[in-house]
Amino acid sequence: MDDGKTHGENEKMGLAMKRCAKLDLSQQGMIVPGFHLIDKLRVPFQACSVSDELKRTPLESAHIALGAKLVPFGGWNMPVQYTSILDEHAGVRNKVGIFDISHMGQFLVNGEGAAPWLDGLLTNKVHALQPGEGQYTLMLNENGGVIDDLIIYRTGENDFFLVVNASMIDEDYAWLSRHLASGVSLINESSAWAGMAVQGPESSVLFADVFPGETLPPRNGISTTSTGAIVCRTGYTGEDGFELFTPASEGVAAWEKFIAAGAKPCGLGARDTLRLEMGYPLNGNDLSPTRTPLEAGLGFFVDLSKEFIGSDVLVEQKAEGPATKLVALQYTEKGAPPRAHYPVQDKDGKVIGEVASGVLSPSLMTGIAMAYLPSGYAKLGTELNVDVRGRLFPAQVVKKPFYKRA
Amino acid sequence: MNIPSDIRYVSSHEWISLDGDIATIGITDHAQEELTDVVFVELPTVGKAVDAGDPTAVVESVKAASDIYAPLAGTIVEVNPGVEADPSLVNTDPYSSGWIFKIQVKDIEHYYKLMDAAAYKTHIS
Repeated sequence: MDDGKTHGENEKMGLAMKRCAKLDLSQQGMIVPGFHLIDKLRVPFQACSVSDELKRTPLESAHIALGAKLVPFGGWNMPVQYTSILDEHAGVRNKVGIFDISHMGQFLVNGEGAAPWLDGLLTNKVHALQPGEGQYTLMLNENGGVIDDLIIYRTGENDFFLVVNASMIDEDYAWLSRHLASGVSLINESSAWAGMAVQGPESSVLFADVFPGETLPPRNGISTTSTGAIVCRTGYTGEDGFELFTPASEGVAAWEKFIAAGAKPCGLGARDTLRLEMGYPLNGNDLSPTRTPLEAGLGFFVDLSKEFIGSDVLVEQKAEGPATKLVALQYTEKGAPPRAHYPVQDKDGKVIGEVASGVLSPSLMTGIAMAYLPSGYAKLGTELNVDVRGRLFPAQVVKKPFYKRA
Repeated sequence: MNIPSDIRYVSSHEWISLDGDIATIGITDHAQEELTDVVFVELPTVGKAVDAGDPTAVVESVKAASDIYAPLAGTIVEVNPGVEADPSLVNTDPYSSGWIFKIQVKDIEHYYKLMDAAAYKTHIS
């Protein structure tokens, strides 16, 4: 079944690849038809990069061809921008952009005990998911601190698809493996998939262009296209959009179709400004193993009526109220952009915390940031200062999201 | 790539033009192209004394804050309110309305020891 054309394309890309077999779309008993990645005969995809130092996504050749500025990110060679972060950001807010998310991780969990097992490890209500539905959730350590935030999709009665942060693939997999229950299978499919996020008000138009006659799943839903691509109606930008996963060898072709249909290529720079405008946390900056989801303001995604690793700590913390909170700050005047680790002071000059994430908001053209501060400072309107290289710039506690569509 | 021939350059990608003993400093077209979107410029205080190589101003893009160095020793005599109000001038007009600060130069002859356009062109290729 070796496909000569695929081989040629791979040669052109300069990578030595093993073929990724077609998905078996005929699996019986699946409530989401066509969606199943488990195939006993499947050969897992592996990308062997020319250089072993940085990992490269299956879409790298496309970024190079588009003139992207590539930088190391969590061990991956990723596009930070193609033209300009401000342009790319505006492109997503106003029209449609596309991001390479192939570096992210994908796990499959299957088995009769899968749902209760996952409910014992994740904060949100796995049991409430219908097949075809997904939810944002967090995985905690025994102290209630965040190991990772992720999206879990139910693809069948006993089947789940997890999308995790690129930087946490190995750690998440190790944690899940360590706590694996009998009768549940866990498979790390991360290197098998290319991924791209199409985001913006015109993203559904683009989907219709590239997949004529097919429908997008509803918000937070998951489905498969006729070509076997997985479509998730989610995103990290606050705009309508979807994340599409294809077998790695098919990634470039899919990417190029979206570009040809009018998607603006966007890099990690714009991805960060877009998510921060929405107040979405980034693991490593705004989430960490020493902060609970309640401190991070993510109680909405935590179901304390069930038991899961870390839930006992959260129950106590909820009763007392968290001592620190992740607070949204917005500059009240023009100033040097806030960045991670810049000190935050109260008006008396006392350092009360530091910026976890900060940026100049392209939509608001002012500085926005999130910082863990003692809960007493979390009240809306509280006036603070951000110390940027010794200069103080005034900011105020605001409600998230920073950016609201007019 | 714009490299005006009648001014001087330093390896850290600042340009300098001299008028009497007043030097005007900004960043080159190459530098602004590398930075892309300039979103903030931190200007030095007028009256500040600087040595050659001192970090004097800061030009910020979305992702990074970059030090801008004084190419010559002297005193800051003027700063550009234009780039404070509209930092994108550094991108769109780096050699003219995107100028950053002016120094009253201590030793004018040091200006003539700086890289000329040809040398800077070689430096960036």
